[in-house]
Amino acid sequence: MGPLAINEIISENTNFFLAFIIGIGFGFVLEQSGFSSSRKLAGIFYGYDAVVLKVFFTAAITAMLGLLFFSLFGWIDLDLVYVNPTYLTSAIIGGVIMGVGFIMGGYCPGTSFCGASIGKIDALVFIGGLFIGVMIFGLGYKLWEGVYMAAFKGFPKISESLGLSDGLFGLLLIIAALGMFWAAEWAEKRFPREEY
Amino acid sequence: MSETREIKKTRYLNPYIGGVLLGLVLLAANFVAGRGLGASGAIKSTIVGAATVIAPEASEKSAFVKEFRESHQGNPMKTWLVFEMLGVIVGGFLSGAIAGRLKLKVEHSPKITSRKRILLALGGGILFGFGSQLGRGCTSGSALSGMAVLSLGGFVTMMAIFGTAFAMAYFFRKNWI
Repeated sequence: MGPLAINEIISENTNFFLAFIIGIGFGFVLEQSGFSSSRKLAGIFYGYDAVVLKVFFTAAITAMLGLLFFSLFGWIDLDLVYVNPTYLTSAIIGGVIMGVGFIMGGYCPGTSFCGASIGKIDALVFIGGLFIGVMIFGLGYKLWEGVYMAAFKGFPKISESLGLSDGLFGLLLIIAALGMFWAAEWAEKRFPREEY
Repeated sequence: MSETREIKKTRYLNPYIGGVLLGLVLLAANFVAGRGLGASGAIKSTIVGAATVIAPEASEKSAFVKEFRESHQGNPMKTWLVFEMLGVIVGGFLSGAIAGRLKLKVEHSPKITSRKRILLALGGGILFGFGSQLGRGCTSGSALSGMAVLSLGGFVTMMAIFGTAFAMAYFFRKNWI
């Protein structure tokens, strides 16, 4: 059955329309969770607000479990679902640059659109920065193409790389997340602050 | 020892409920389109789209545009992530309107000026934009969506983003606390 667009159960235009609807859900949940505030987002790095960790890991686990169960029930063909390629060098260097951008700017791309949508001017400026950053990457592409294409590992799953089944890895991830949630609740009590 | 200071709480959704809802949105994206959520991809589409209008010949020679074209046929603006991100703006606005949080302002710690906050937001945005291209996706597309499909690269990017931000937090503390 799923993915609907790839199995041509829905048309391309319906797929785009549903993208818009899914986007509304995405933006709505981010804003309701407080991801429109950079000071709330940055709280995870100082212990006073761990909303990022709680929402992020709960969401990843929910979607992961959903996909595993959908596949088990025969509702989705996981071979047709896009798995991000692994280019080890650029994944690490890109991630490090994004990490600096995160602690400096207080947003990531998705949350900056969310912040801008409720009137945060700093979020709008962050979006301006995103455009400049992507443009710099595009204009100087030849300069970093080597790094960008280095250490291509295909499309490996982390479970395969660790020699575990998807289900067992999922269970371990849930246990790890519960440990982090416990630490997050402790940190929030230890470093209480006003909510932004 | 009792906590005497009253901690003001604003009305946000319980983060675990928010996480489950976000996970269901991500699951819906995979079920409908066979792909996860994203954000930076829509910016890339917009830039490629703008470049092909402003400088059609030069842009078609660009290796960056060629690389984009390999995976996207037709109008660069007619992509899944562009429609999704338009939805994010609408959804964020609706949520803010319902919760009474619509307000034009520069949010910053009282220890820094608005001007400094704006400059840091600009610098952070530039770095994040550049990094998201190198890392083939941002927190949404690479880290969150990658983790849901158990992509090794997704987990690596997630750890690199959050690990670096934690490691650098000390140097930027005055801007936040």
